[in-house]
This record gives sequence, structure tokens and C-alpha cells, in this order.
Amino acid sequence: MMLNGAEDEDKWLAEGIAGIQQNAFYMHRALDSNNLREVLKYSAQMLSELRTSKLSPHKYYELYMRAFDELRKLEMFFKDESKHGVSVVDLYELVQHAGNILPRLYLLCTVGSVYIKSKEAPAKDVLKDLVEMCRGVQHPIRGLFLRSYLAQISRDKLPDIGSEYEGGADTVMDAVEFVLQNFTEMNKLWVRLQNQGLGKLREKREKERSELRDLVGKNLHVLGQIEGIDLQMYKDTVLPRVLEQVVNCKDELAQYYLMDCIIQVFPDEYHLQTLEILLGAFPQLQPTVDIKTVLSQLMERLSNYAASNPEVLPEFLQVEAFAKLSSAIGKVIEAQVDMPIVGAITLYVSLLTFTLRVHPDRLDYVDQVLGACVKKLSSGQKLEDSRATKQVVALLSAPLEKYSDIVSALTLSNYPRVMDHLDNGTNKVMAMVIIQSIMKNNTCISTADKVEVLFELIKGLIKDLDGTGVDELDEEDFKEEQNSVARLIHMLYNDEPQEMLKIICTVRKHIMAGGVKRLPFTIPPLVFSALRLVRHLQGQDGEIVGEEVPATPKKIFQLLNQTIEALPSVPSPELALRLYLQCAEAANDCDLEHAAYEFFTQAFILYEEEIADSKAQVTAIHLIIGSLQRMNVFGIENRDTLTHKATGYSARLLKKPDQCRAVYACSHLFWVDDQDGIKDGERVLLCLKRALRIANAAQQMANVARGSSGPVTLFVEILNKYLYFFEKGNQQITSSAIQGLVELINTEMQSDSTTQNPTSDAFFASTLRYIQFQKQKGGLIGEKYESIKV
Amino acid sequence: MVLVLALGDLHIPHRAPDLPAKFKSMLVPGKIQHIICTGNLCIKEVQDYLRTLCPDLHITRGEYDEETRYPETKTLTIGQFKLGLCHGHQVIPWGDLDSLAMLQRQLDVDILVTGHTHQFAAYKHEGGVVINPGSATGAYSSITYDVNPSFVLMDIDGLRVVVYVYELIDGEVKVDKIDFKKTTHTAH
Repeated sequence: MMLNGAEDEDKWLAEGIAGIQQNAFYMHRALDSNNLREVLKYSAQMLSELRTSKLSPHKYYELYMRAFDELRKLEMFFKDESKHGVSVVDLYELVQHAGNILPRLYLLCTVGSVYIKSKEAPAKDVLKDLVEMCRGVQHPIRGLFLRSYLAQISRDKLPDIGSEYEGGADTVMDAVEFVLQNFTEMNKLWVRLQNQGLGKLREKREKERSELRDLVGKNLHVLGQIEGIDLQMYKDTVLPRVLEQVVNCKDELAQYYLMDCIIQVFPDEYHLQTLEILLGAFPQLQPTVDIKTVLSQLMERLSNYAASNPEVLPEFLQVEAFAKLSSAIGKVIEAQVDMPIVGAITLYVSLLTFTLRVHPDRLDYVDQVLGACVKKLSSGQKLEDSRATKQVVALLSAPLEKYSDIVSALTLSNYPRVMDHLDNGTNKVMAMVIIQSIMKNNTCISTADKVEVLFELIKGLIKDLDGTGVDELDEEDFKEEQNSVARLIHMLYNDEPQEMLKIICTVRKHIMAGGVKRLPFTIPPLVFSALRLVRHLQGQDGEIVGEEVPATPKKIFQLLNQTIEALPSVPSPELALRLYLQCAEAANDCDLEHAAYEFFTQAFILYEEEIADSKAQVTAIHLIIGSLQRMNVFGIENRDTLTHKATGYSARLLKKPDQCRAVYACSHLFWVDDQDGIKDGERVLLCLKRALRIANAAQQMANVARGSSGPVTLFVEILNKYLYFFEKGNQQITSSAIQGLVELINTEMQSDSTTQNPTSDAFFASTLRYIQFQKQKGGLIGEKYESIKV
Repeated sequence: MVLVLALGDLHIPHRAPDLPAKFKSMLVPGKIQHIICTGNLCIKEVQDYLRTLCPDLHITRGEYDEETRYPETKTLTIGQFKLGLCHGHQVIPWGDLDSLAMLQRQLDVDILVTGHTHQFAAYKHEGGVVINPGSATGAYSSITYDVNPSFVLMDIDGLRVVVYVYELIDGEVKVDKIDFKKTTHTAH
């Protein structure tokens, strides 16, 4: 049936167009022969086609446009008195004889246009007459188009100030009156159109009406273009009258559209100065009107206005724009009881954006908006609507983007309260946004108090919030979050040692509550942050002044010990061992033997008790030897204990090659190549000999296992160590021992030609080349090497 | 002409939040043919970032690396040069040139790149070169005080390699250039 309806409509439209074309044809002939009587007859017949009630607004518009084009030609004819010989005054009378009201009024408007142009009568009188006469058509669609025609022909003929049609003292008022009246009537017709449809047709009607809205809105555009409307007139007459019509029509579509129109067409400075009147209308609108969008538009316009004209800022303050907007939003939210929470928050986001742009220095305004939001959120339960959550995130993100320094946000008392209303997942997302903002802007958080507030904000990442255990979370996300926290810890910094220590203690307090899964991520950055402080203090160990417990390396090392302690139970013994060794080296640099020894002891306990994997052991033992080799704080006894342990561990590694390499590395524990370093040549040699024995054993084991000796790499490595100490002047390492080793390797390689090993061959070759190189060097080195034959 | 980026000891996020912004803006995809990284990145995010700069990425294992499958040492050939890569915590005493030279002989390479000390270094040694690109983030080190962030770009062309060192000093990037020629008698 709908299809038939549409087909029928097309047919009716075609018939209407044909009617117009046919009559227009005769009208043209009459125009050409200057026959006024025929012109009036056929033009009236042509216009009669517009009397149809069968067409939808869309089709009716098509028909109207055809007639409109013809009316332009007709107007040209009327204007030229020489063609028809009738004065415009008489013509204005004459066209009123047309039999039917609709053609009559179109013709009247057309002549009216010529009449005003002729200036034979004041524009205001003609316009008043026309706008009154048009009341005669009360059919919504016909009436709307007729009045739209009136608006069209009159828009360049208003008695505006400065216009050629300007009249007496109240001339602008006359223009305004005319437009307002036409607007009011058109709006009534437009609203009435809605009430015509039956229940089922309602939706279709609404769509059709929506297509017509610009006809009504055009009047507001015309008003906006009247030069003579000054602020006073806008405030006293124009705005109140328009708003009265908007409020009283009680139509959702009209109210939304027209409020939007008002905001778009009138200048920003007028809005600013009439804010109270304009905002007063909002709570009176129908409860279903989408006020948040319109209000947001208004705030956006105002903030753009302020942004592009900084000189108007005092006006914003003078009219208390923020307070007025804020109170209006409160009233709207109160009035629209059914407004979903997302709507309310969207309004707050707009208000926040407004104040951030217009009053960037007023953090109290920001906090006020957040406070209002908290109040709204507190009235309901937790946010579950995802769109509302998104808006809250937008609300919280806006100050971060604006201030680009989180420190400002940290002073907002309502900020964490808003965050509390987010679900755990979103809370974490927001915490990540905060961290990213800090990282992006390279913001340094420089006091313990601020760190405290910051950790309160990001607590969702720092510890388990009630309800969710870590286990439920996605592993990748969790890692990313915790790595972000780790990065963040480096941004918490103060040059002043006392404050820095306070910061470290604050961070420590929070992260220690993070649970076993978080500690491996958060402890290392804390440890290194503390070690940086230690190094900072190293340079300035002055006398202790004042009552306060000062930041001393000793105190920090105690704290570090207590912190790293938590890791083995996590369990992350390998990480803990590395951190202990770092601390030991730092303690060494501070000349704190006891602390350094304690850290080594802790590392050794972990090595013995917790590190079982053979590969992990190899790495750990190299780190132990490497660190220990660098220590110079220890007295003989402590040093002996530690080196003895380290060599013991080395010899007990699982695989022979690993044993061998760790043992020859230990030789460096007895020979430190600086001025006051230990130089115990005998024990160096003992280590190297022990390494050789292990290499031999490895070779034999390989023989048993594979029926052939393994690669000679280990021997070549030991040979290189011999050369190293030989050059360093260790008297225990003799050229004959080196010669013996070279021959041993030669024999090994020849005896086992079946297992060619290019790697060890190349290694040996380059070692021999090195010996050759040193021999040719001459001088002391050359002399030393002279007796070695290769 | 081949550009090789050498860097290491970033220690993200243990000791530094990220690469310096100035470095990040210099390192753009498509310019570098190979990346060699001595290790201690320490997390996968950093590896992923490096891979965006250049897909040909070679990494050895630092003692703090999350990824435990990186090898202890690695060798690769670029043009006429044989390169060796190792983090360096395995070579005791740490940062000791004579001990690194032994590793160079062991790997039988022309250029040995190691890290661990966070101190930029480049030495000519027995016809070969030993390079330490320093720490790309200027990370804390127990070995080196006042670490400046640094990395190395090697321009390998025939028998010649030009080593550019980029160092961030007081917020400004300083570039240094060191020229090396391969002596041909170093036959393999």
C-alpha cells in the first residue's frame, strides 16, 4: 500500500508539474504580448496547482520550485509599467481579485515586492499588510511554503538601518516585527503539522517535518542579518520573543532545532551578554529535548570566541559566564529526570572543556565541575553504561591534556573521587592515561606529597582492588601496565636528598603492597632510583645538621636490603642476586665494608639455596666474580672468605667447560691491575693450573663419551689467560710454561685430525698470530716474548 | 655502503623510562640496514621498537634481559667485515681491553661490539676494532659514573668502516667520527 502511495504521489506530482507548465506556456505568450488580463488569468491558474494536499513536503517543494521560477518572470513583467500600463498601486488592488486565496496571496506577494521597490508606499506598511493577509492560509504545508515565499521576496527589502527602504524612527523595529511575526506563524504551522498524523504515521510525519525545518529557521537567519539589531534590542525584544515561541510551542523537534539555530545565527558577544536569558529557557524545554548537544554547542562557540579574542576575557568574568553555565546545567539535569547519566556527564565534559579553554588558570572551576560530577555519580550505583564510562574518562583526561603537567591535576581534590566511580578495568585505563601523560610531557613529580596523591590515583595498577585477583587478568596487559609503573618511578625525582629519600620511602610503601606478581616489575626501578641517590650523596658526605634523620648511604642500604629481601619469595632469586651485587658495588664505592659484605652474603645465600638451573648458575657466577673482582673495600679476611666461596662455586658447576671457564676467571680475583690492587701471582697460577686440570678432565670425558677428544678451545682460552698475566708481569707465569701450552695444543690438534673444529683452529691461529705480533713489537714486550717459539 | 646501528644497555624500565626523545627522533625506519644490540633491553617492548627501525636485528643476552633465548655471543658478516657481538658481563675483568681482545681472537672477528660498562669506547687492536656503544639511555652503572646516553652508527664501505658516535650531553647531541681501515693481512 505504501508503494502505491508513493506511485500515486509521483503521478500527482507529474500532473501538477504538467499543469504548471501548461499554464506557464500561456502566461509566457501573454507576457510577450503585454496582455495583463491574460497574464493574471494564467498565472492564477498556474498557482492553483499549489493548492494540492496530496503531496508530501518533499514533492510539494519540487512543485513549489517550478512555480517559483515562473513567479520571477512575472515579477519582471509587473515591474515594467510600460508593458502593462497599470500603476503598481492599482496592480496591488487588481491582483486581489483572483478567485482563489492561495494564488491570490502569491500574486499579492509578488506585486508587493515590486510595490516596495517602487517606494510608493513605506516598506513597513506593505510588509505588514502581506504578513497579515497570509494568515488566510492555515493549511500547514501550503501556509509554510507561502510564507517561505514571502520571506524570500522580502529579505532584501526590509526597512533595516542603512537599507534603501529605511523608514522612520522605529524602522528597525518594524523590520524585526515583520520577521518575528512571519517566524511565529510559520512555527505554529510547522508544529501543527506534527499533530495531524495518526499514531502510525507519526514517525513518517516527523521525518517530513524535519525536511521542512529550514523554511522556519530561515527567518532566524534573516533576523541574524538585520544590521540594525543592536545588543539592547536583541536583549529586550528579539531573543525574548523568539524564546517565548520556542518554549510555548512545546514541540521537541522544534525546540531542539530552533535553540540550535539561535546559537548558530546570532553573534557570540550577544550570547555572552544575554547568557542568563538564553540559559533560562533550557530548563523549560520538553524533557525529551536533547539539551546536552545544544548546550555543548553553545559552550563550544563561547570558548572559541574567547580563544580567538583574548580581549573579551574580562567580559566572561564580568557576566560570570562559568557560574551561569554551571548553574544552568545543574537545573537542566534536575529538570530532565529521565536524562541518562551519560547525558549529564557529557554536559560536564562540555563545561569542563569550556572552563579549561576560557579560564585555564582557574583550577577551582575544574575542581567544581568534577565535584558536581561526583555528586551526580554518587546518587546512582557504579557506572555500568560503557558510553557513560567513556565520558567520565574524557572528563578526567581533559585536564591532563590541557595542563600537560599532572601536578595540576594532583591538586584537584575531586579528581580521585571521580576515579573511584569507575569500574576496576576503566580505573586502570585511566591510571595508564595518567602515566602516559607524565611520560609524554616528561613531567617530574618532585615531592613526596605529590607522589602520595599520584599513587592514590593509580592505585588500580599498584595493588589488587577488591574483587579482581591478578590471576583473572590478561598476562600481556598486566606486563604492559607494570612496565609502565616501572617507567613512572624514574619520573619521581628531586635533587634534594632528604626529599628524594622521602619520595623513595613513599614509593616503597606503595609498591610493597603490590603482591608477588608485581614486585619483580616494581622493585628494580626503586632499587636503581635509590642507588642513584646513594651516588648523589657520595659526593657530599658533610656533617649531619639538624634534628631530622638525614639521608645517608647507610640508611638507604638498610632500606634496600629490606626491599630486595622480598624478591626471593616471589620467587625471583636471580633478579634479587643481581640487585644485591649492584648494592654491594655501590656500598664499596661508599667505603661501607660491612654493608658490602652483607650484600655479598645475601647474594651467596641465594646462589646456594635458590639458583638451581645450571645455565642460570653460570651467569650468576660470572656476575659474582665480576663484581667481586672490582671490590676494594674488603679487608684481607673478608676478601679471602668471599673469594674462597666464589672459586668453590666455580669448581662445582655442573659442566666441565663451565667449571673451567669460571675457575680461570677467578684468577682475576687475585690480580687487580691497578696501582694498589692485589697481585698474588701464585694464586693466579693455582687457578690457571686448576683450570688446565679441568680442561684435561673434560677432554678425557669427551674421549670416553665420543671416542675422540673434544675441541681444544678450552686450552686455547687458558693459553690466552697465561699470555694475559705474562704480559702483566706475573712472575709465576713463565715463557716456558707458555711454550709448553702451545706445544700441548699443537699435539692435541694433530692427534685428532678427524674432528676438525674450524672455530678452535681459527682461535688458536689468531692467538699464535697475536704472539707473533707481540714478538715483532720490539721493546720490552718483544723482549719478553722472544724466547717463545711458534 | 651499509649502515649498522650498534647500541645496548638500555635497561628499560629498570633504570630508565625510555630512550631519549632526541635519539628517538633521529632513529627513523628505513635508513639502517642492520641493528646489533649488545643486550639489556630489557623488555620485549624495546625489542619490538628496535624491530620497527630495521627488521634485521641481532641481539645478545644481557644479564637483565627478560628474553632468555638471546645467545651469549653472535657473529655475522657484513660486507668485508666479520662482526662479533657479546654483552660483556661474561668477560672478566669487566671492560678490560686485553680480555676483550681475547674474545675477539676467540670469535675471530674484525670488529667486536660489547657493552656492560655503559662507557662508550672504540679501540684499534691488533688490526681489529673493539667498540662499546655505551648505554643508549644513559642508564645507571656501577662501573661508570655520570653516564651520557650514547649509541654508534657504523658506515661500512669496502675495507673501510667509519664509526659515528652519538652522545647526548646536556640535552645536545654531539657526534664524533672515528675512521678504521681493515688491514688486509688479517686473513681468515
